[in-house]
Amino acid sequence: MNRVIVFIKQVPDTAELKIDPTTNTMIREGVPSIINPFDMYAIEEGIRIKEKWGDTEVVVVTMGPPQAETALREALSLGCDRAILLSDKKFAASDTYATSYILSCAVKKIGDYDVLITGKQASDGDTAQVGPGIASWLNIPSITYIRKIDEIRAGYAKVERMRNDGFDIIEVTGKFLMTVLKELNEPRIPSFRGKMAAKKAEIPIWSAEYLEADDGKIGFLGSPTRVVRAFSPPPKKGGIKVEGEDEETVNGLYNFLSENKML
Amino acid sequence: MISMPYNLTEEQKELVAIAKQIAEEKIKPLREQYDEEQLFPEEIVKILGNSDLYRVFIPEEYDGLGMGVFEMALVTEELSRIDGGIALAYAGSALGAFPIILFGNEQQKKKYLPPIASGEKIAAFALTEPEAGSDAANVKTKAEKKDGYYLLNGTKQWITNGGYAGIYSVFANVDFERGIRGMTAFIVDRDTEGFEIGKKENKLGIRASDTRELIFNNCKVPTENIIGREGMGFRVGVATFDQSRPGVAAQALGIAQGAFEEALKYAHERVQFGKNIYSFQGVSFMIADMAIKIEAARALVYNVAKLVDSGAKRTGGYSAMAKTFASDVAMEVTTNAIQVLGGYGYMKDYPVEKMFRDAKVTQIYEGTNQIQREVIAIHLAKELARIPKK
Ligand SMILES: Cc1cc2nc3c(=O)[nH]c(=O)nc-3n(C[C@H](O)[C@H](O)[C@H](O)COP(=O)(O)OP(=O)(O)OC[C@H]3O[C@@H](n4cnc5c(N)ncnc54)[C@H](O)[C@@H]3O)c2cc1C
Repeated sequence: MNRVIVFIKQVPDTAELKIDPTTNTMIREGVPSIINPFDMYAIEEGIRIKEKWGDTEVVVVTMGPPQAETALREALSLGCDRAILLSDKKFAASDTYATSYILSCAVKKIGDYDVLITGKQASDGDTAQVGPGIASWLNIPSITYIRKIDEIRAGYAKVERMRNDGFDIIEVTGKFLMTVLKELNEPRIPSFRGKMAAKKAEIPIWSAEYLEADDGKIGFLGSPTRVVRAFSPPPKKGGIKVEGEDEETVNGLYNFLSENKML
Repeated sequence: MISMPYNLTEEQKELVAIAKQIAEEKIKPLREQYDEEQLFPEEIVKILGNSDLYRVFIPEEYDGLGMGVFEMALVTEELSRIDGGIALAYAGSALGAFPIILFGNEQQKKKYLPPIASGEKIAAFALTEPEAGSDAANVKTKAEKKDGYYLLNGTKQWITNGGYAGIYSVFANVDFERGIRGMTAFIVDRDTEGFEIGKKENKLGIRASDTRELIFNNCKVPTENIIGREGMGFRVGVATFDQSRPGVAAQALGIAQGAFEEALKYAHERVQFGKNIYSFQGVSFMIADMAIKIEAARALVYNVAKLVDSGAKRTGGYSAMAKTFASDVAMEVTTNAIQVLGGYGYMKDYPVEKMFRDAKVTQIYEGTNQIQREVIAIHLAKELARIPKK
């Protein structure tokens, strides 16, 4: 049997996040929770791989408080086969370094696998670091920002990675981790039977001890990141637009490039 | 949805939630284009199938969820709230499947119901002909008995899902001299020899629904495809309508609900004479009346659907009441919703003109509201006759 592991995160359902001015962290109370929107594409792709391969198990994993179980049940209702909740007081205040370490410990506990999938980033933290982090801890390749999968079978894949200026075609052999974009697929609607089965599913809770995680690498003490200040980044500056008739634009562009020593 | 809460079970709530998600996320973005271009929603059918919604009205033994008319109505209402035409790709399949569910034998059910349950195939119900509308017994399609099969000849018109169905419940007459007792229902597979899909109608409303002519030209239907027995067709038709009319009622209810919500929202946003128009009693009372009528219709429709599901006898009169009342309410509410939106409501930029066009057919098909009142009047006379005379 093949195995795909999908990592998801429960996030507050709002773009209007309030920041606690003293701790520089988000205030989560009273905000409804959803699955991180990007992770919906990771779940969908995991299920599609299973549908393509047959005889494949899709395991969905999240680290979070006990309430994060709701997110796992939603993933099950969409077609994931089983869910695991990583929950322990010791995990609290983990940064991306500690979180990816904890998730990689879970992968080791789950056993063999073919592909790991995460969304491109979480809508609350926006770091995009956890996916590649997991891959580093496991010492496997990671391919980020996947917009299209040309081919995928156990041990091999050919994918398209989005870049600001186009895309790369990447081939990979062996196990690997991918982080996916919304261009990759269209998440399905849950089925009635899936929802009913998900309500009844048993979801094990794995603790730090069960994961045999190194206490020095988890939680606040295991997290090297310190938030110094939270601020809105200045918007990206737009490029220049060369306008006019054909010849004018070509000359304009040529002049711009040569003036800026880009030729 | 702004409406009186009902005490739905956990399962019913989940069904409604799925139907709502499909309607809001998948159907809403398509509805204007599908209406304009008269496109049949094939990809929505796939989604409805994958979400198990077609299983709702199919018994468990045949891959269904074994639920009833009530649950089918809940789903239809929720889809119709966004698009009463696309909803018919769902409800129309139930209409086509009911004859098999109610009168099919084990073999037929095993063969035909599982693909309807999964949504792999949708069903259609083919009764109406150019000369047989309200006078449904007057079908001219002939079924000639041969050795091991029947030869069907004739033309059906205005058949919902006609061009996209895989399974058709077709009504023909085996012996015109026997009149109504010659009427016989058959299951016809789409790829049967001599069966052709005819022209697609261009319609006022429910334009995303596919309404077709069906042509039977020496169409060879195996004897084993008779539903019930030879001559039982009329009974099959009547019993089917008793089950399906709460579905049309739910469609009407959903359309009305959608229009009412648009009107309520718009009346709070539109400012004239320096105030929102909801502050004018002439407008807000119109909307209050919409809410009253919709709630009354919903109470009737839900109760009739549950009555049908209870297996009670003599429910036809009540099914007719639900269909008539809900469709009349839908017509009134959608008309007034345009009034609340004024000129904007008359324009295609807002969905209420479409809802108004979609509502009209609910007063016509599965028996016009005149015919429904006829059914109700006969039902009442029969009930009176049942009271023992002192
Ligand atoms: C969009 C659409 C989809 C349809 N889908 C299907 C389908 O899937 N399958 C199918 O079999 N049929 C279908 N029909 C047909 C529909 O059921 C008939 O149109 C309906 O039964 C009325 O028949 P008619 O149109 O011939 O009207 P007629 O019977 O000609 O009626 C004309 C008018 O006379 C009135 N009238 C007739 N007889 C009486 C009477 N005895 N007393 C009082 N008034 C009377 C009617 O109420 C109506 O107002 C569909 C129709 C439409 C418009």
